Formats: sequence, C-alpha cells, structure tokens
Amino acid sequence: MATGQARETTPVPASATPDGDDMLLRVENLVKYFPIKGTALFREKEHVHAVDGVTLSVPRGQTFGVVGETGCGKSTLARCIARLHDVTSGRIVFDGQDITQLSQRRMRPLRREIQMIFQDPIGSLNPRRRVGSIIGDPYAIHGLAAGAERKRLVQELMERVGLNPEHYNRFPAEFSGGQRQRIGVARALAFRPKLIICDEPVSALDVSIQAQVINLLADLQADFGLTYIFIAHDLSVVRHVSNSIAVMYLGKVTEIAPAETLFTVPRHPYSGALLSAVPVPNPDLSDQRQQIILAGDVPSPIAPPSGCRFHPRCPKAAPVCVSEDPPLEPRLGDGPEHPAACHLPMAEGENLADFRPSISADERVVEVEGSLLPDDAGPEATAIADALPARGEGGKP
Amino acid sequence: MSMPELRSAGTSETLIEEGDAPASKKIEGRSPWRLAYERLRHDRAAKIALATILVIVLLALLAPVFAKIVGHGPNQQFIDIGENENGGPVPPSSTFWLGTDNNGRDLFIRILYGARISLIVGVLATMISVALGVVLGLAAGFIGGLVDTVIARLIDVMLSIPFLILAISIAYILGPSLWLVILIVGVLSFTYLARIVRGQVISIKGREFIEAARSLGASSWRIMFVDLLPNVMAQVIVYATLLIPLAIVSEASLSFLGVGVPPPTADWGSMISDASGFFQYGYWWFLFFPSVALLTTTLAFNIFGDSVRDALDPRGAGIYV
Repeated sequence: MATGQARETTPVPASATPDGDDMLLRVENLVKYFPIKGTALFREKEHVHAVDGVTLSVPRGQTFGVVGETGCGKSTLARCIARLHDVTSGRIVFDGQDITQLSQRRMRPLRREIQMIFQDPIGSLNPRRRVGSIIGDPYAIHGLAAGAERKRLVQELMERVGLNPEHYNRFPAEFSGGQRQRIGVARALAFRPKLIICDEPVSALDVSIQAQVINLLADLQADFGLTYIFIAHDLSVVRHVSNSIAVMYLGKVTEIAPAETLFTVPRHPYSGALLSAVPVPNPDLSDQRQQIILAGDVPSPIAPPSGCRFHPRCPKAAPVCVSEDPPLEPRLGDGPEHPAACHLPMAEGENLADFRPSISADERVVEVEGSLLPDDAGPEATAIADALPARGEGGKP
Repeated sequence: MSMPELRSAGTSETLIEEGDAPASKKIEGRSPWRLAYERLRHDRAAKIALATILVIVLLALLAPVFAKIVGHGPNQQFIDIGENENGGPVPPSSTFWLGTDNNGRDLFIRILYGARISLIVGVLATMISVALGVVLGLAAGFIGGLVDTVIARLIDVMLSIPFLILAISIAYILGPSLWLVILIVGVLSFTYLARIVRGQVISIKGREFIEAARSLGASSWRIMFVDLLPNVMAQVIVYATLLIPLAIVSEASLSFLGVGVPPPTADWGSMISDASGFFQYGYWWFLFFPSVALLTTTLAFNIFGDSVRDALDPRGAGIYV
C-alpha cells in the first residue's frame, strides 16, 4: 500500500503530513451523500450531504474528539470509518492501508482492528440474546474460540470491564444503562482492537455513570494502548477525554485543535459560539459571562449554503464567506496542529457579540437584532441548546 | 357449546394479570420465553385448550387400538347391521357408538382416523408455510431492493387470488391426494406470515445491535438467523399456532368439495360433505359428530393460539426491554 506521505494531490492539513507513521488513521476528503428516496416519480435526485469533504488524522494511542450539533454528520463519519457505510468519495487509510474500497470479505480481518461502541445502550444489544453470547460474538464470528474457552474469555472480559462474570447467562434487559454500556465496551474489546470508535458512548447515561464509563475507557486505553475516536456533543466530556478535538458543522470540519487550545483560543466563530454555551457549574460565573446565541436552525444538509456553511448564522459573516469555501488551514499564526476553516478567524479574547454580519439580510437566517441576544434565548435559538446537555449536568465528571 | 368457551376466555384475562405479579417480582435469570411460559401456565383457557388438543392427538394415535376394541375397521362396511332397511345410516348404539355413515361404516372409528388426517395436514402444512414465510420474509426484509420487490409483489398476487379457487384448480389438475393437499395448503398460506416477518425485520434491522453485528464482521446469514430470527420468533409462533386450525379447515373444505383427500380415506371434510345430504332426513348423527370433531379441534387450537399471543404480547409487563 502506498504510504501517506506520497499523496500530494489531496489537501491534507499540515498536521497530518509530517510523519505518516504516527497516524493510525487518516481520513482524506471523505464524502458521504445519502440519496433521498423520492416519493414523486419525476423528482430530481437529491442527496443529504451528511459528510462533505472531511480530512483528519488520528494519532496512535490518543483520543481524538469529534464534536458538533445533532445532524452535523459525526455519526455518519464514524460509520464510514468503521466501513458500515460505503463512502461516496475520499480515502480512509487505516494503519497504512487504504480500506476505502475493501470488499466486506477483505474487510473482515480488519474488523478486529476497528471496533465501535454505540450510543444507545439498549438498542445496541440484542434483547433476545444472553450477555455471554453477545460478548462472545466476536469470537464466534471469527472462529477464534468456542465452548469453555470462549466462556472463559468472555468472563475475563466481563471482569475487566467491571461486570460480574456470574451474570454470563443474563439478558440485556436485566442490566442497568451503565452496565449495558460496559457490555458494549466488553464486546468492542474482545478483539483487542487498535482503534475504538466511540459514538456518543455516554450521552445516554446518567452523569455519575458517565464518569464511571469514561474512567473505564481511560483505564483500558492505558492498559491496551487503544486509540479512540470519541464522538460527543457534550463539550466538557470531550475536553476531559480528548487529546485533540475536531469541530464539525454541516458535514464539514470547521476546526481541529488540541483540546485545551480549542477551549482557550478558538478560531472559528462556530467553535466560539459552541464554547460559550457550555454550562458553567458556578452560578456566579455563569451570570457574568456572555453567551453567544446563534439564530435559527442548522440549514438543511440537502442544500447546504454556499461558501462557508456557517455564514447564514455567523456574526462575523462577510461577502467572502458567501462566495468562497474557506480551506481548513492554520490561521493567525497557529501551528499545524490547529487548522480552522474560516476567512475571518477570531483573535484571542475577541467577543463575538461585538460583531454584526456584513452580508445582505437574505443571506442570513434571522435579523441581526434577534439573532444576538446576550442573555435570554429566543425560541428560534434552540439548536445549540438542543445539542448541548441541559444546564447543570455537564460539569466535568 | 360457545358459552362456556366464552366465559373461560373472559376469566382467563384476569388470571393473566394475577399470574403476572409473581412473574415480574422475581426477574432474575428469566428469559422472555420463560416469562411467556409462566403467563401461559396461569391461563386457564390455554390449559383447557391444550388439554383438548392433547386428548385429540391421543385419540388419533390410539385410533387402531379403538378399532381393535370395537372390532370395526375404518373402511369396513357393515351392510347387514350398519345400514337400515333403506340402506341409510343407523343411529348410535352399543355396537356403533356414534352410529354409521351411508355406507354402513363405523362413524366413531372413522372420526378417529379422520383426526389423523386433520392433524397431519394441520401440522405439516403449517410447517411448510412457516418455513416459506420465515425464509421469504427474512430475505425480503433484510436484503431489500429487488428481492424485496419480487417477494412483496408475489405475495400481493397470491393474496389477490381467492384461496379456494386456486386450490381447487391445482388439486383438480394434478389429481387429489393427501400430500398434494398438504403442499397446496402449506404453500398458499405463507403469505401473511411472510408479511409479518418482513415488517418485523425491516423495523429491527435499523437498530444498533444489527450495526454492531456488522461491525464485528458477521455475515448476512449470521445476522439473519442469529440476530434477526430470535426477534421475530414470538410473532412466528403466535401466527403458526393460528395457522394450524386454518390449515385443518382448508383441508376439510377441499375434501368437502371433493378435491381433498380421496375416498375411501376417512376424512372430516368429506364425511361432512357426505352427511349434508342426509341431515334433512333425520340422520343427524352422521353430520353432527364429524362437525363437532372439526369444531372442537379448530376451536381448541384457536384458543390456545390466542393465549400464546397474549403470553408473548410485547405490551405485557416485563417481556421486552
């Protein structure tokens, strides 16, 4: 397989280029469109632009966070990387091997290396099968162990993730949400994979349980040298677990940054607005700070806006944002590890509330006056709030 | 006849709820099947129906024994003592417990042998339609696309043709026999089951545990039969228990119309058919006893099927997640 460095044609961000061997996973210009099944017979074929040109690299042994609102394409990205969806175009290079076009059969051995943990602790476990058989599935499918040997391995796994091995014969319904997520973790761990894609693994769990599962994932990472792609919409959770974070908006990556950098010096106005919505556990501080409330909903991914996809909602939007799609590259003298896709990136300490878009009104979603309310959110400003956990439960675990 | 059945069905509902309480108290280590069994165990109507079914099966199995006791074969004609002076059937007596038919044969023994036919057809035809319905429904729902379109249209076409007319035509062309009847009834009744399975599969296949199986590298076969099938089994079992009486009635209908099991084989449908011309002349037993046999059998299977459905009802407490 060709090594990653040789590819000059694809726009790989600077952070990905220097040393290909440090990167367990590279995603280059990944595009995934879903055709819409038309009910009308002669309708023009439309597509949902779920993932639209995503490029990122995941270093070995680290946790790579992906955040974004509901519907921004982060789960689709995860499923493309796990090859549960066929990609429309672009490349996925895993461990030096291009897996983009591998057939399901050729993909089979690689399934052991890439595993997923799912969001829904109820839906991801077959209600009609016993836990022992669910966790033993990886061994059964790949013919690795059977009978007493499989049972021993499964019980070891159960013990490792903090389940009682004697509950081998129980059904998923007999476990709590946190325990079920542990079952999912055990199943993903069975192969000792290199990469585990966690698709919102804790968002369905109670906050106290979230902490337990996150700590379990951290322990396992230390023990087995795992690499995680950690997808979430809870920014405080992502900040806690991730080495670096990619922010997604409408199928595109708007900014990639080391976790602390993103929280201190966000470049993209979307990141800035997102961060201002993170609940602060201290009510005094919470009253003082200024929240940036974005107007309107996320535009339809069927017909995304031209240029920068954030321009209809961006307080800094200028005519160039409507006409030109900003490339994902380091801005304002940032290092290669911190690219942002913005023509008018935010300077350090800049207040988004001070800006008014300089584009015509029909390019925007809502009038400026209604769009930037510093304190109380209007009914139309719910999109960001929806994407974030309810106030007061998002504190650092 | 129907009154006590209705009453027992009514009381059974309260019994199910009482039966639930202990079942849901000790949740530990119970499979969904186990829970359903517990409910069934506390359902009086189900128990009566099951007992009736078992008695019928036992009588069918013991038909040769009874024939030996009475000393009458199923096709043996007693022209001397089995017919009256006009050549008509004789009423029930100590010799002929349920009387004779128009050919001077022992009605009781023939009903017992007829039970064998009904049960064989009921069970085998149901097995055929379950096998066809599950496989085609799984394929249509899971594979989708062209396969789904072809199977779904096939089902639509089959449902649009009246069952009896198609069955009579096939049986008439190929010549009636027991095995042909089983095949016709089995093949023609898979449609509803296939639809049910297809719908279930479509609703389940989008759930995350199917994605999880795929991400582990499971083959489509494995997903269909290990992950999907157990989730549709409840519906399949319910429908299968209701298909058995349907198959029995279908077979009886075909025999009644003269294209079912050919004579002289003892068969409830053809017995009822033969008797229908004699009823108006006062030979009531000839029509009455085969009809009661058919009614009791189908009713017992139907009530048991209903109870199974109640026991496996997803809206019932504690069965599903």
